[in-house]
Amino acid sequence: MSSNNDSISKTLIVVISLCLVCAVIVSTAAVQLRPQQTANKLLDSQKNVLAVTGLLSGSDINELYSKHIEERFVDLDTGDFVEKPANYDYRKFMKDPEESIRLSGDEDVASIKSRANIAPVYLAYNNGVESGELSAIVLPIHGYGLWSTMHAFLALGADGTTIKGLNYYEQGETAGLGGEVQNPKWVAQFEGKKLLDQSGAPAIKVVKPGNASADSAFEVDGLSGATLTSNGVQYTFDFWAGAKGFAPFLAKVRDGALNNG
Amino acid sequence: MANAKEIKTVLFGPVFANNPIALQVLGICSALAVTTKMDKALVMCIALTLVTAFSNFFISLIRNHIPSSVRIIVQMTIIASLVIVVDQLLKAFAYDVAKELSVFVGLIITNCIVMGRAEAFAMKSAPGISFLDGIGNGLGYSAVLMTVAFIRELGGSGTLFGIEIMPLVKDGGWYQPMGLLLMPPSAFIIIAGLIWLLRTYRTEQIEKA
Repeated sequence: MSSNNDSISKTLIVVISLCLVCAVIVSTAAVQLRPQQTANKLLDSQKNVLAVTGLLSGSDINELYSKHIEERFVDLDTGDFVEKPANYDYRKFMKDPEESIRLSGDEDVASIKSRANIAPVYLAYNNGVESGELSAIVLPIHGYGLWSTMHAFLALGADGTTIKGLNYYEQGETAGLGGEVQNPKWVAQFEGKKLLDQSGAPAIKVVKPGNASADSAFEVDGLSGATLTSNGVQYTFDFWAGAKGFAPFLAKVRDGALNNG
Repeated sequence: MANAKEIKTVLFGPVFANNPIALQVLGICSALAVTTKMDKALVMCIALTLVTAFSNFFISLIRNHIPSSVRIIVQMTIIASLVIVVDQLLKAFAYDVAKELSVFVGLIITNCIVMGRAEAFAMKSAPGISFLDGIGNGLGYSAVLMTVAFIRELGGSGTLFGIEIMPLVKDGGWYQPMGLLLMPPSAFIIIAGLIWLLRTYRTEQIEKA
């Protein structure tokens, strides 16, 4: 029996049929489960947007989201709203040379290499979208920490500068040290601080742990034992509040771009 | 099918007497990586147990037809397919945990326990008992992983399965967490400690110098 197994034809038959069977199983699993996985990803992103605006209350996320959140798309260079591009996927567009710009060394403070031309922003309405009373603007931001790219949502008040919430939802920093960027207690410090100074320049400062002054509108404590992660957070803010980030959009927000619908 | 005693040995032997991590020192890599939290470790244990059991089963099923010249590749193909299926299932039904485990589910493919059992047991035994052997070794792996995760999560974060047991100083409690326990090296120390304990208790496991 075993000598028979080692003949070339038997080997080929076994290997090819095994590959076919495995390929069918794997592709069936992938195709069958894809809708569920896509739904999970979408739900996760919606949950994070809701969480950062403080609207997340545990009930049906889809319903909450469609009731309170309006998704818009912003051309980052001009700061104007644009139509949603076809096949839009922010994570893919960031890296697509057609849809993004490469950042030069000086510009790339957050070490993200390239930036999409069009970014999503989420407008949150506490009393429902149709009420028209804007309560927060949620911006997606990301930047490199010590080990990983850290992705977050930043919620700003309708004035475009007061921070209403920060939610790091994806990071791979050291658990217990840099990973504490996700700690709700730590990010809560940002609430009420100002992202920008009077002139519209990025002003938020992550300082050495314990040194943030309570009176300052711009200072927050860094993470103890995680200086490089804290720096990463600082650079992320510097970049996304700066000219290559959301600054043109935020300038228009301050001029009342959102008041006229 | 084998008798009850043999089943018991195959199923529970790997937990203490012949533990894949403690005695054979296999599968250490994932034991370091996924043991900072118990829920993560638990999902990893279930995933690994299922993959080992089913890969043993399928390999044993076709063991008489596997050409010996390509047997490792055949085993790898089966294991890899199972791991992909498990990964897809996790992403569909346990998205949050899958996100945290990220690459480590995929790395089950290279886990020496799975390959080791396929080569050492499934190639020579009937499908039923091979399946049980996979479960048994999965349990042995799980026993060590859960113990390590228990020590690391309790000592490093003051929680178990994410539930607060010892309130941390920074949250206004009394427990100053031990940061070292959250770093990968601590798992080495804990696993080494477990191996020491086990071999003190079961002296037959001590290797001859």
